[in-house]
Amino acid sequence: MDVELIRLTKRYGHTTAVDGIDLKVRSGAYCCLLGPSGCGKTTTLRMIGGHETVSGGDVVIGPRSVGDATPAERGTAMMFQSYALFPHLNCRDNVAFSLKMRGLAKAERRAKALAMLDLVQMAHLAERLPAQLSGGQQQRVALARALVTGPKVLLLDEPLSALDPFLRVRMRTELKRLQAELGITFIHVTHSQEEAMALSDLVVVMNGGRIEQASDPRTVFERPATAFVARFIGGHNIIRLPDATEVAVRADRMRLGAQAGPGAVPARVVSVEYQGTSVHVGFEAEGPGGTATALTALIDDRAYAGDPLALGQTVPLGWDADAAHRLSPRA
Amino acid sequence: MTDIALPAAVTEAAPAKAPAASLTTKIRRHRALAYLQVAPMALVFLVFFVVPLALTLIVSFWEYNEYEIIPAFTVQNYVDVFEGCLNTSDACTTVRTYLSTLKFCALTWACTLVIGFTVAYFVAFHVRSRTLQMALFLVCTIPFWTSNVIRMISWIPLLGRNGLVNDTLMRMGLIKSPIEGLLYSDFSVVLAFVHLNTVFMIVPIFNSMARIDRSLIEAAYDSGATGWQTLWNVVVPLAKPGIAIGSIFVVTLVMGDFVTVGVMGGQQIASVGKVIQVQMSALQLPAAAANAVVLLGAVMLMIVAMTRLIDLRKEL
Repeated sequence: MDVELIRLTKRYGHTTAVDGIDLKVRSGAYCCLLGPSGCGKTTTLRMIGGHETVSGGDVVIGPRSVGDATPAERGTAMMFQSYALFPHLNCRDNVAFSLKMRGLAKAERRAKALAMLDLVQMAHLAERLPAQLSGGQQQRVALARALVTGPKVLLLDEPLSALDPFLRVRMRTELKRLQAELGITFIHVTHSQEEAMALSDLVVVMNGGRIEQASDPRTVFERPATAFVARFIGGHNIIRLPDATEVAVRADRMRLGAQAGPGAVPARVVSVEYQGTSVHVGFEAEGPGGTATALTALIDDRAYAGDPLALGQTVPLGWDADAAHRLSPRA
Repeated sequence: MTDIALPAAVTEAAPAKAPAASLTTKIRRHRALAYLQVAPMALVFLVFFVVPLALTLIVSFWEYNEYEIIPAFTVQNYVDVFEGCLNTSDACTTVRTYLSTLKFCALTWACTLVIGFTVAYFVAFHVRSRTLQMALFLVCTIPFWTSNVIRMISWIPLLGRNGLVNDTLMRMGLIKSPIEGLLYSDFSVVLAFVHLNTVFMIVPIFNSMARIDRSLIEAAYDSGATGWQTLWNVVVPLAKPGIAIGSIFVVTLVMGDFVTVGVMGGQQIASVGKVIQVQMSALQLPAAAANAVVLLGAVMLMIVAMTRLIDLRKEL
C-alpha cells in the first residue's frame, strides 16, 4: 500500500524532532530512511507505525489518513531494533502472539506461525526460547512475528545494527529477497548509507528533522541535492568554487597530474590507503581565501601502481568538467 | 569384556598421576579459599538458623510436666498435636486452627496481591521519573516508621464501636446503629494483615516489572493486543518471579503470626502462632516446639507448592 506523509511534524516540548516532512512511498517499494542519529528518522517511522502521536500533519496509508488508529488497524507491523521478542514465549508462540490476540484457535495459529517460521528458515528451532538463540536467529523470529498477520507495510527500525558485519550483509540480502517475494512496502530506518544503497528503491536522506533528498539510490549518489547529502553518503568531494557556489565531485572522478586539465589546483598528498580494487588518496589543497581544503581521490589500483604517489608530494588535482554537480545552497 | 578392559584402564591411568598431583594441590588451594570466603555467612547461618532449628526439633521430642521439661525421647507431643484428628466426623482443634489460619492467609494473600500488583504496576509503568518512583516507594514504607503493634492499635479508635468510621457513617445517616463487626473480627484481622504486608508484595513485583523491556509493551501493542491482553499475556508472566517472592513473604508472615490475630481479633480468634505462644507462656515448651515443627512443615509445603508453579532459580 502507498504510504504518504503530509507536513508530518513531531514536537517534544520546544524541540522539533520531525519538521513538517512530505514524502510519498509507493506501494511495494523498499524505502530507507537514512540519516545520522537524532535526525528524526526513527520518530518518523514510529509515527507511521502508530507508536508515537503526531503533533501536526498526516500519515496516509493506502486510501485513508490513519489518525489515531492502532498498528493493526493501519495494516503496519514493526520490527524493533532490539527485536523485542517476548522472553517467556518460545519462537512459535512469539510468532503466534498477534494471532492469539486476534482470537485464532490454537491449532490454526500454531500452524500459521510454523509456516511463517519456515519462510525465515527457523522452523527447526520453533520450541526454543529467544534467550537460546543467536542475534541473527532472533532477528529472523522477529521478522516472522512482524509478517505473520500479513501487514501491508513493514516498518524496520535499524534491523541490522545489532548484527556482526558478516551477518549484516547476509541478512540484508535476505530482507531484499523477502520484500521482493511478498511484494509489500518496506520502510527501513538505518544510519548506514551502504545499507540504504544496497536495499532501497527510494532513499530518504534526513537531517535535523527535515528531508534533504528523497530519490532512488543512483540519483542520490550521482546528484546529491545538498552538501549534507554528499558528505553523508560519502565518496564525494565538496568543493567551494571561486564564485562561492559549491559543487560535489565523486572521488573516483578526480583526475591527477597530466589528466587534471586546465582547472587543476596544486594539492599535497597527505594520506594513501590501499583498498584492494582502488587506492584512497587524501589531498590538501588551497581553497579560495587561502583555507586548506581536504580532498579525496579514488584511483584505480592498476593506474595507481603505474604512477604511485609519495606522501608530501604536490601534484595538480582536477576533475572532469561533467563530473561536477552543483549543490543547492542549503547547508 | 569389562573384566579385561578394567586392568588396562588402571595401568594406563597410572603414569598420568604425577602431573595430576600438582594440579590437584592447586584446585585444593582454590577450594580452601572458596570455603574461607563463605565461612562468615555460613557461621551466621549456623548460629542463628541451624542451631535454633535443631534445638526446637530436639525439644519437640522431650517430655514435660507442670514443673519441668525432661530430656527424654517421646513422640507424645506430636500425638497431642493431632489428638482427635483421625475422627472424620468432627475436625480436631489443630485442623480447625490451621483452617482458620489458612483462611486468613488466603484472604490476605489475595488482597495484598491485587493491591501490590496494582501499586507496583502504577509505579513501574505510569510514573516516568525515577525520582518520583523513589519518592512513592518511600511513601509506601511510611507505615514501617512505627512499630507493628502501634500500627495495629491505631486501628482501634478508627474501627471501634464508637470509633471514627461508625461515628461518621451514623452522622451521615447511612446506618442507624454502629456496625459491630468492624473491630475484633475476621475483617479487622485481615485488614491489619493487608496493611502490614502489602509492601512485601509491592517491592518484589515492582522489581520484576522494572526489568520488563518497554519495547515488549510496544511489541504487544504492535501485535494488536489491547491493554488488558498486554497485561495478561506479557506483564503478568514476566512479573511472576516477583509475585512468587512476594507471595512467599506474605504467606510465611501470616502463617507464623500471633500478635496481629491477638490484637485485632480481641484475643478471641485462634491461629497456629497463637497456640504456640499460649503453650510457651504456659512453659509447655516441648508442646510448643512440636507445634512449631508441624507449622514449619506446613509452610515449607506451601512454599514448595508455590515454587513448583514457577522456577525461581531460573527466573532470578
